[in-house]
Amino acid sequence: MSPPPSSEIAAAAPPRWRTARRLPFGTTLTGGLLLIYLSVIVMIPLGAVISRSTDSGWSGFWDQVTAPTAWAALKLTVVASVIVALINLVMGTLIAWVLVRDKVPGRQVFDTVIDLPFALPTIVAGLTLLLLYGPSSPLGLDLAYARTGVVVALLFVTLPFVVRTVQPVLLELDRDMEEAAASLGASPLTVFRRIILPTIAPAMAAGTTLAFARALSEFGSTVLISGNIPLKTQVAAVNIFGQIESDNTTGAAAISTVLLVVALVVLVLLNVIQRWVARRD
Amino acid sequence: MGTSRKFATAGIALGAAAALGLTGCSGSSASAGGSSGGKVKLSLVAYSTPQAAYEKIIAAFQKTPAGKNVEFTQSYGASGDQSRAVAAGLPADVVEFSLAPDMKRLVDANLVAPTWDQNQYKGIVTDSVVAIVTRTGNPKGIKDWPDLIKPGVEVITPNPFTSGGARWNVMAAYGGTVAEGASDAQAQAYLGTLFKHVPVQDDSARASLQTFTGGKGDALLSYENDAIFAQQNGQAVDYTVPDNTIKIENPAAVTSTSKHPTQAKAFLDFLYTDTAQKIFSDNGYRPVVAADATRTFPTPSGLFDISKFGGWDAVTTKFFDATNGVLAKIEQGLGVATTK
Repeated sequence: MSPPPSSEIAAAAPPRWRTARRLPFGTTLTGGLLLIYLSVIVMIPLGAVISRSTDSGWSGFWDQVTAPTAWAALKLTVVASVIVALINLVMGTLIAWVLVRDKVPGRQVFDTVIDLPFALPTIVAGLTLLLLYGPSSPLGLDLAYARTGVVVALLFVTLPFVVRTVQPVLLELDRDMEEAAASLGASPLTVFRRIILPTIAPAMAAGTTLAFARALSEFGSTVLISGNIPLKTQVAAVNIFGQIESDNTTGAAAISTVLLVVALVVLVLLNVIQRWVARRD
Repeated sequence: MGTSRKFATAGIALGAAAALGLTGCSGSSASAGGSSGGKVKLSLVAYSTPQAAYEKIIAAFQKTPAGKNVEFTQSYGASGDQSRAVAAGLPADVVEFSLAPDMKRLVDANLVAPTWDQNQYKGIVTDSVVAIVTRTGNPKGIKDWPDLIKPGVEVITPNPFTSGGARWNVMAAYGGTVAEGASDAQAQAYLGTLFKHVPVQDDSARASLQTFTGGKGDALLSYENDAIFAQQNGQAVDYTVPDNTIKIENPAAVTSTSKHPTQAKAFLDFLYTDTAQKIFSDNGYRPVVAADATRTFPTPSGLFDISKFGGWDAVTTKFFDATNGVLAKIEQGLGVATTK
């Protein structure tokens, strides 16, 4: 059993809300249905996790979270997720660009392959990465059982997010504006910075946040490739699993709650920044 | 913000009502199931390793008069997960786990009678021992507990907090060291040193086996039956059973919530027959009933069991408490001390 994948659901929801701010029909009825659905699928489970985390009071919560192994696991998870999100921001945008704009041969094949990390059970991904980049690597690359391995596994799992959020925006992008700017003497860099980037930035940010939130909760692929050494390579999800196996569900819920809060803070921050940018333009 | 909070509260209330409605439905539909056409369906919930054995045992059971009209749904998974699933409501008639604390969880939840261990085999259907698995030919000459902490030796064992089964390994190493003359404190120190030689702490015994056969480490702490399983699957490994090692005992029981207690009991009894015990031994387990097994399992001279340390309750508190246990302290120490 893997730890609650709830943080990814929580992270995935808000951007959808933003695009569907006003429903065109029967707001009361649809609103009610939406409420029931979100409650059953997201809010009640998340509420239960959070309420369980404080079963032994706030000091108990704090003790669980600041226990050396738990704290180290949380730190590793957050740092690795930030790194992974930033790499995704750059590489994902590049990939989306290539898929939309460059007529590379085999583009369609790439386009299909991008989504495969979503379809593959992550434990299989972990196993495959381990065989390829582990101690008996046919490529001579031994990244396993170290923090590098964690980052590689997370990169694999989170690849589609930025690509798939940026791609449709790039497709819709009106090229007349770029051509107009270019004909007025703007350099390609200026065109990118002034015309393209402002349009795709919200999508880039949304994809990056999704990738970050997904990375926070990843279990299947990291459990195999990280080596799970407490304080060194054990990620939060594996630490949580250990807490559950030791019948310490309060501790497991406490660490999960921290992950949820981190994801929430990042989502809110992103929202604030987006509004600020939108107002400035 | 005010409206959105109202929104959330209303949602939770509505959702709770919907959830209650759902449980109501599933409850009634479950009781509508059950026996149809004289056939009885038993649900077997077990830990993962005996799956191959159970498939053969079930086929054999269905050939007996008692098992003629019995069909099975089978569920296999990590022992702790399976136990928690049953405790949370997964229907089960017969359960088998890799260690007694997972059974105790069900006793505490009133799902298994406290007398489950009162038969002549103390509720245990199979035994095994903790063995030291090495590369073929044992190039580093690792045969006993002190060999594991020699300089440069890498040992693979699952994390005892994510793998309940790995606790057998820890207690084997602890008890083996005590049997060779160490005091309690010295044996605990040995465990601390041992874990500094562990470069990978997988989440389960199977994952550890995978890590080891994937080329990592010089020795793997493993159940004897898993070592035999690896050899049967053509892995290039040898194994040694140390003279002083622990007897692994796998408990099985009928649940008190079983709708077909007669058939469930008949199946549990069948597990102790020569037929079933022989199938277990073919799959690497040590039979608890002296059957004429095809495989011989030499008994180590210093074999001990968990009762030597006061039973699992005492052991869990002393060694595996998540905050104050000996192993929790050892894990916490891993980051501080210098490794190897």
